[in-house]
Amino acid sequence: MNAIETQVLELKTTEDVVRMRQAVRQHSVSLGFSLVDQTKLVTAASELGRNTIIHGGGGEMKIEPLLETNRRGLSLTFSDKGKGIPDVELALKDGYTTGSGMGLGLGGAKRLSSEFHIQSKPGEGTRITIKRWR
Amino acid sequence: MERIPILKMGQYLLVTIQVDMHDQLAMTLQDDLTAKIVSDRARGVLLDISALDLVDSFIGRMISDISKMARVLDAQTVVVGMRPAVAITLVELGLSLEGVRTALNVESGMDLLRSVTS
Repeated sequence: MNAIETQVLELKTTEDVVRMRQAVRQHSVSLGFSLVDQTKLVTAASELGRNTIIHGGGGEMKIEPLLETNRRGLSLTFSDKGKGIPDVELALKDGYTTGSGMGLGLGGAKRLSSEFHIQSKPGEGTRITIKRWR
Repeated sequence: MERIPILKMGQYLLVTIQVDMHDQLAMTLQDDLTAKIVSDRARGVLLDISALDLVDSFIGRMISDISKMARVLDAQTVVVGMRPAVAITLVELGLSLEGVRTALNVESGMDLLRSVTS
């Protein structure tokens, strides 16, 4: 696998989350991320990938290397066509949960990323992009 | 079906997680471990996570739940071997595994388990 290429991975089952995490790990290793930065990005990806499956009814994740003149990073975009998030502010709060989780997924993923963008419309789905620079 | 092995060592159970955990596997481990605590009358559980390169909120909750369930079944749990990068990430994620006993490695974990179950 060439780490400098953009890759799209399907997210339908919890095994897909494991494969997706491995791909994020490989890309962050190739880009020279430190072990802590790798772990933070892979953990954020795991949280968001699980959300895509549980709340979004499945979807996909796009992994893109960010190669700028003075910095390198990775961008991960999780998208689904699920029911969407009615109140994004509320969903980002720690402890807020609609499922059986701990309510740390979204807020935690945001804290573990350098940049965090979320677009969601009820009935149309959710798209979340996170970036982490090395 | 894929399962995480649970080894019996005297009155203790040893669980070494050596695979990349997916959510279903974590749920199966919870079921298997609680059943084995009861069937083997185990006094303690040593959970070795040194091979895990990530603990997200789901796995974190599983660790915390295992510790609570074991306590209700009169067994103590010690989690050993967490990698430093995993600890840093876990705390930033918002999880501190409060109430879960931890030790740096299997040896000190066994010592701790013996002292809390004697």
